[in-house]
Amino acid sequence: MSKKIIDRLQKDHGDAVEETSDFRGDHEARVKAKSWKKVALWLRDDLQMDHLIDLTAVDYPEREPEEPRFEMKLFVRSTKTNERIRLATRVGDGEKIDSLVEVWRGANWAEREVFDMFGIPFEGHPDLRRILMYEEFEGFPLRKDYPIDRTQPLVAYRKVEGTDKLPPFGPDEGQPWGRIDWQKRLDGEEVQVSPSIGVQSGDRKALSTGPEHGE
Amino acid sequence: MEPHYEALEDENTLELPSEPMRLNMGPSHPAMHGTIRMVLELDGESIVDVDIQPGYLHRGFEKSCERGTWNQVFPYADRLNYVSPMLNNVGFALAVEKLIGLEIPERGTYYRTILGELARISDHLTCNGASAMELGAFTPFLWLIKVRDWIWDIQEQETGARLTHSFGRIGGMAAPPTDGFKESVLAIFDEIDHAMMESEALLLKNRIFLDRTQNIGNLSQEHAIAMGCTGIILRSTGVDYDVRKAYPYMFYDRFDFDVPVGHDGDNYDRFICRFEEIRQSMSIIRQALEQMPKSGPVSCDDVRYVYPDKSDVYNTIEGTIAHFKLVMEGLKPPPGEVYSFTEGGNGELGFYIVSDGSGTPYRVRCRPPCWYNLQACRDMLLGDMIADIIPTFGSINMIGGECDR
Amino acid sequence: MGTVKQVIGGLDAGFVTTKFNDLLAWAQKYSLFQYPFVTACCGMEFMAVAGPRYDMARFGAEAPRFSPRQADLLWVVGTISQRQAPALRRIYEQMAEPKWVLAFGTCASCGGFYDNYTTVPGIDKIIPVDVFVPGCPPRPEAVFDGLMLLQEKIQTGKKGPLVVPPAHLPKLAQLRQKGSTVDFGTAEIQRLEAERGEDVKLLEPGDGEG
Repeated sequence: MSKKIIDRLQKDHGDAVEETSDFRGDHEARVKAKSWKKVALWLRDDLQMDHLIDLTAVDYPEREPEEPRFEMKLFVRSTKTNERIRLATRVGDGEKIDSLVEVWRGANWAEREVFDMFGIPFEGHPDLRRILMYEEFEGFPLRKDYPIDRTQPLVAYRKVEGTDKLPPFGPDEGQPWGRIDWQKRLDGEEVQVSPSIGVQSGDRKALSTGPEHGE
Repeated sequence: MEPHYEALEDENTLELPSEPMRLNMGPSHPAMHGTIRMVLELDGESIVDVDIQPGYLHRGFEKSCERGTWNQVFPYADRLNYVSPMLNNVGFALAVEKLIGLEIPERGTYYRTILGELARISDHLTCNGASAMELGAFTPFLWLIKVRDWIWDIQEQETGARLTHSFGRIGGMAAPPTDGFKESVLAIFDEIDHAMMESEALLLKNRIFLDRTQNIGNLSQEHAIAMGCTGIILRSTGVDYDVRKAYPYMFYDRFDFDVPVGHDGDNYDRFICRFEEIRQSMSIIRQALEQMPKSGPVSCDDVRYVYPDKSDVYNTIEGTIAHFKLVMEGLKPPPGEVYSFTEGGNGELGFYIVSDGSGTPYRVRCRPPCWYNLQACRDMLLGDMIADIIPTFGSINMIGGECDR
Repeated sequence: MGTVKQVIGGLDAGFVTTKFNDLLAWAQKYSLFQYPFVTACCGMEFMAVAGPRYDMARFGAEAPRFSPRQADLLWVVGTISQRQAPALRRIYEQMAEPKWVLAFGTCASCGGFYDNYTTVPGIDKIIPVDVFVPGCPPRPEAVFDGLMLLQEKIQTGKKGPLVVPPAHLPKLAQLRQKGSTVDFGTAEIQRLEAERGEDVKLLEPGDGEG
């Protein structure tokens, strides 16, 4: 990662930069969504960042409605100088963002995957369709409010004798960690549910109730 | 009465309407190493266009990681690039250790390096063996699998499992090396050399093999870089990028090894690069075995992140509490995000992790080298024939678990 | 004048057809043409099973036939995702009778630890399965256990799916390396077996081992 790049970015595109950070040696610059493609082109052309490493997104649903929900991350590298930079931007639910396929061809599949997993539409993408899931799938799996065990089978399951699970067993039954129930959390309930039977029936309190690092 | 024929001066005057034929290959197909679907548009036997459709092995790695603790990611991470599971384990462990700022003892780092390079050797052996088999040469496949079984014997001796062992831990490894580790590893190196030499003798002068791999599946440097390719695919086009040399991690700067770089970006270059990389990995392992401290812990002793000794857990209250908290709540790295990358079997394997300070990961993104390499496969295949799909696809070493996660 | 009663069938004819069925079953079980439907990590163990050390050819099951029309044993090796399920179903339907299915690995048997939106929780939800081989990935020895169970099933005509059981404890204890310092808990094992009323005779190092 490189501090020089952050400095030049702030010099040349200072108006687009919202925040920079340097955590554990990773330099990141967050830019406005509308300058996403402009800054990417500048990185490729002026700074020879020709090697696309990754393009992905993270979902922070609790930021809404003040801040946009998704944070897109772009990782690029220069083959000549070995420098790296991480670029970020925030996109809201339903907002479009520019596609970077014209900047780096490798962004094609990366953006299709972000669309498939998060539902972020890309403006200008030549072939935006699902890539990891099938076309009939509804919903976007990596969003926090998509429950992990909601299956949408393409082939109807056969009836197999003796395999129905009895309630209250579920996939996390008896697991000791605090699983975040996102539905409840987004509805405003602050509880972090440990899905063990005792907690569900109210016999004991959930374990782990939050971060320990002074936040 | 004579029949009346159209004036057929020349074949070219015949206007035969032709459209490209669409053929579906996969998702269950013997030539598809991983499980991939390719929709080919063919003009006769040449490929006009190919639509590669991955995703048939999507197993929800990233979503599953958000459900457990940090250490419970290791079994999932193992099954990413399942032919070299140690490399994924090490990659993830390094990412979380970077986030925490944790240093592990030297012996642990050397141990990780040696097991990781052994995994890399078995990855390349599998890829080359399977490529040879797909071209009809079954014998080198059997020889290389024989040798791979010996490597897996060592993995079993050390970790307890042949393939997906989940042996890495945040803060070190699950257990220290066994007593006969160095001897067992050195004992099989001669056999690996021998098997590779025999396979090369069989293949590299064979007219059929050369015709089917040379100048097939060419990829130019510009395309490779723009597509985000890394690893053997990029190095075979002539770009000298290996994460171990460019951004040395663990103790790779202490070892003296070369990085094989190809020239044309065709299947032949990739095949040769892989064999050369095996030899370089063996050299790294020899040096690491020399330099590794003979005794000492392999994991750090910070009980916030690493299980304390069982004797402490059973006899002291601090040990019990530390163990309890690690098992029930998981270790708690500070909130933040990092991207950490290592040289996986296929290229730059990166882990971008976001932590919210709790014992459960908030987001674990695996940057799969195969994903970008597979995108470049389309460029490699255009213009070639159907029969060239098999060697080209085999030489990419697309591992479904890593590609589709 | 008597009436002539013709006995059609009878013991002799039954003997011949039974023996013929046995012969047919014997031929089928030792010449299984497999369709390796390989998707994931278990594929690596599948390669090892076909490799020179654990040799599948000894059981007659080596020849892979990559067309469902020509195969009679469908090895489902690895995780089946929801997207892959229609392909699997279609391949099973395209196979001609008699056909058998072997679920290789935990993901094929029950979904494994991928309990999520994208994995089929066991291929028996899609196609009928004859033998389940659990393991992640199963050791080649377990795969052979499964193959031999399947062969037994073909020979005896048993109905219903079979599962490869875990190795019996005393045998496990007998697999100690010579002079190994690892404690396999033999005292504990003997105590447990004694409670269960079974007779355990454990080998000592140097006891008839090559």
